Amino acid sequence: MPEKTEGPWVTSFDPLTLQRRYTIDYNISYAEDSPFFHALGRDRLLGSECKHCNYRYATPRACCTLCGGKTDWFELPLLGRLHSWTRCYFSGEPYLRECPFMLGLIEFERVDTLFMTRLAEIEQPEIGMPVRAHFRRKKTWSVNDVYFAAA
Amino acid sequence: MVSKAMRPVYMLSGGITKFAKAHPEMDFRLMVKEAFDAALGDLGGQLTPADIDGSVISYFSDHFACQLKAGAMVQDFVGLCPKPNVRIEGGGATGGLCFQAAVQAVASGRLDVCAAMGFETMSTVETWKGNDFIALASDTKFDYPLGGFYTGYYAMMAVRHMHEFGTTEEQMARVAVKNYANAAHNPFAQHRREVSVEEVLRSEMIAYPLRRLTTCVMSDGAAVCILASEEKARRFCDNPVRVAGIGCGSDTMRMADRPHGKVPLLPHESESDYRHLRYPGVHSFRAGRMAAIEAYKRAGITDPREEIQVWELHDAYASAEMQQYEDVGLCRYGESGRFIDEGRPTIRGRNPVNPSGGLLACGHPVGATGLMQMLFCFWQCQGAIARHFGDDFCQVPNVTRAAGYSHAGTGTYVTISILEKP
Repeated sequence: MPEKTEGPWVTSFDPLTLQRRYTIDYNISYAEDSPFFHALGRDRLLGSECKHCNYRYATPRACCTLCGGKTDWFELPLLGRLHSWTRCYFSGEPYLRECPFMLGLIEFERVDTLFMTRLAEIEQPEIGMPVRAHFRRKKTWSVNDVYFAAA
Repeated sequence: MVSKAMRPVYMLSGGITKFAKAHPEMDFRLMVKEAFDAALGDLGGQLTPADIDGSVISYFSDHFACQLKAGAMVQDFVGLCPKPNVRIEGGGATGGLCFQAAVQAVASGRLDVCAAMGFETMSTVETWKGNDFIALASDTKFDYPLGGFYTGYYAMMAVRHMHEFGTTEEQMARVAVKNYANAAHNPFAQHRREVSVEEVLRSEMIAYPLRRLTTCVMSDGAAVCILASEEKARRFCDNPVRVAGIGCGSDTMRMADRPHGKVPLLPHESESDYRHLRYPGVHSFRAGRMAAIEAYKRAGITDPREEIQVWELHDAYASAEMQQYEDVGLCRYGESGRFIDEGRPTIRGRNPVNPSGGLLACGHPVGATGLMQMLFCFWQCQGAIARHFGDDFCQVPNVTRAAGYSHAGTGTYVTISILEKP
């Protein structure tokens, strides 16, 4: 039997504890939400409006949670108000280097639900303050392609 | 709705493996076995695995477990093969959902004796990776990529609660002070040191306004509850406790999608209490309110402030405990700050909450947590806290009913289960 040239990293001998790496490359489709992410690429924000009950969602969805009706896309304004916020000093592993960062929930006029986003360039966030959408120049093809700053 | 034809269900016993930051000396099977043996031991050997008709097993995350079908391995390890078994998963409410699934199995007549067994092994990864796994239980297209951090979501809910109702950081700190003080007398708790409001407010900020001491810790641990029909309860247990009612509610996965409408009312509330409140928004847990409405209806409760003497609430964050005082009707929406300021949820207060120390002090090994809450409620109803804790400080006097509140996501699922001394 040929010898293994790389052994596992043993973190404790008793009880015997090893590090095991497990990596995955998923092929994740944005599926019916793809137009939202396409629009981010054109520096635009899209929401969903229910064709049946006219409820308007700031975070898009293909079907209405209130009545089950199908929704249409509509363009959101780039100006909104801060509904809530926080500053994170810790995070999940992929985002640790970005700490501290701010999260916010944005409300828009005549839209029934909110949009969760990163906040930037705000010294002291205040609920109700006007905020404006900004778009990353280099796209990441994720919801992070938009963030909000003081208007 | 469950029909009246459903059979009464009793809790006979339970057991727990003390929650810890890590239990490297035991894998998940042995942790559950330890809790299972404690549950059987509490019945003095009257109940054996041969008397158990099947089980429900809960653990939240395949990612933490790094083992699929771990429930099947538990069933095998505790000696319940080849009987029926199913795994239950529902985020942070996994343990509470497991308890209710076992209640349903007995109530329906399918099983006479059912073991509800839960565990989580969160020490398999570092805390930042654990945050990442937990955040995968938020919408991975729209929420997770913003930071992979549930504490951030709860922090935004807390900030909005502060804005709507004037809640303060000091009030959240008082919740933590209360729970750690109770835990000093609970040998099953991890954090058994009393702290001051000042110490809580000096602890490291995790996501404003949530700090290290107002946030629970990821843990390893297991808990087991044994449920049975009336006939089997009488046969195997001298002092069983009846499941008076269960309720469950849900809400949108993305908290950004929550409506701003009317408050669903509890029996002791009126519409005029909430004339100007837009509900639930992100300040309140509609799923908790709906779970309360259902559970109270089944248990015949018209005023929970008078009729339930002990609560184990899901204080993954001190702010969440305050939100839950309001959801379950211990005070009106907007009054949780005054509720804690007046000391009402303290152990000697009018409505004791988390006499065990809750998740803040005991830890939150997700699949076990909701079962641990029900076990503490069970011991409260039996008046058996002193026997299990070696100290009667945490025993609330004259308990006739105790309730556990298990909570997932940003309030995506909530279960409320009410136990009653027969």
